[in-house]
Amino acid sequence: MKFKLKIWRQKNNQDKGAFKTYELDGVSSDMSFLEMIDVLNEQLIDKDEDPVHFDHDCREGICGMCSMYINGEPHGPLRGVTTCQLHMRSFQDGETITIEPWRAKAFPIVKDLAVDRSAFDRVIQAGGYVSVNTGGTPDANEIPIPKSVADEAFNAATCIGCGACVAACKNASAMLFVSAKVSQLSMLPQGQVERSERAEKMVAQMDEEGFGACTNTGACSAECPKGIDLSNIARMNREYLGAKVGSQS
Amino acid sequence: MSWLSDTLTSTIGRKLVMSLTGLFLIIFLVVHLAGNFQLLADDGGLAFNAYAKFMTSNPIIKFTSYGLYAFILIHIIMSIALAVKNKNARPVGYDKVKGSANSSFSSRNMGILGFIIFVFLVIHLRNFWYEMHWGSIPMDEAGNKDLYAVVNAAFAEWWYVAIYVACMVGLAFHLSHGFSSAFQTLGVNHSKYTPFIKKLGIVYAILIPAAFASIPVIMFFNS
Repeated sequence: MKFKLKIWRQKNNQDKGAFKTYELDGVSSDMSFLEMIDVLNEQLIDKDEDPVHFDHDCREGICGMCSMYINGEPHGPLRGVTTCQLHMRSFQDGETITIEPWRAKAFPIVKDLAVDRSAFDRVIQAGGYVSVNTGGTPDANEIPIPKSVADEAFNAATCIGCGACVAACKNASAMLFVSAKVSQLSMLPQGQVERSERAEKMVAQMDEEGFGACTNTGACSAECPKGIDLSNIARMNREYLGAKVGSQS
Repeated sequence: MSWLSDTLTSTIGRKLVMSLTGLFLIIFLVVHLAGNFQLLADDGGLAFNAYAKFMTSNPIIKFTSYGLYAFILIHIIMSIALAVKNKNARPVGYDKVKGSANSSFSSRNMGILGFIIFVFLVIHLRNFWYEMHWGSIPMDEAGNKDLYAVVNAAFAEWWYVAIYVACMVGLAFHLSHGFSSAFQTLGVNHSKYTPFIKKLGIVYAILIPAAFASIPVIMFFNS
């Protein structure tokens, strides 16, 4: 397969950056999108040019590193996958593919397609933890949790923090990410100790980082590789407003 | 009370304000529509004029109307504040955005649709609300201001009816997202009720603006 790749190139955070177009031939339809970029980069290195910088790690769809905004959608046109699980058979031969980094004030560009998602780490640090008793290892299944609740909490916990929700959102809002993290803990007995404090602190940190507000477009959930549901955002709103009204200070 | 101002200026708090004022306006539209239907009564506007007098003189209605003006203003001002915040959250935009792949037209254009409604409000208030309060309107047979005649004259112009209908289409799209979105913001998302709220929102968004638009259209063809 043959492609025309329109890729965002930016030397560093201070650089203005611009698109550069590359022609790439001999691409197999079975290649993953990242492997296709690898091929391009090998050619660039051979020509003594700077390869395209991009984040990647596990290449099996669970680490959430491969942040690329492909043809107007985070992680490209395929639903429920990250870029590493997107294959070139999802594209037309001869197509022009536009590849951009995540665009958000809270995700500064490091270089080319690589962005700094530390803002997510700081949101987690603000309240995404639980108190654990010291002492011996507790028995498994010691605390009864209804299957439906466990499933719902697990669904929220499948969030890999890739940032596709922020990238997809017209407001660059992080509500889906933060709500998944608030939800997974607030639904379980282990998460009750910090429950109200958690919602307040994580939302405050989210605002502090400069993410936008939620318009409930649902773009985040539609583009989420893990299919995190919008109901989590409603739950976070309940948790947050309830905490604000009910807390002592 | 700093916790309250903290809450209401957070992203979630601002959306809460949008949601609550929006829901109030949704209820207001039904009341307004019910009153408008009296324009279609075959009595030369007597019932409508009596109703218009009641709506501008009853103290409880007056008190509520100040709330209405405030909620409309808050809804507008908050939406501008949110739009600025959201724009700042993405200073550099994308070259190519495929919004239709993941979200509805209305949800992505609430600001533009809201602006259409705002333009409509300015025209609407100038022509009818301002005239009723401060304009010089002749009296009808019952001794009430003949607002019906003012409305009838406006709706005899094809272009005025066309603007009215076009704005109601804008309102319909605004409501088609706004209705269910208001509940989601309040945290009302439930496997039993959310599907119903979404359907009700669509039905409301079609029925109410269509009913509003039908009145000038009928009056135009009757004139």
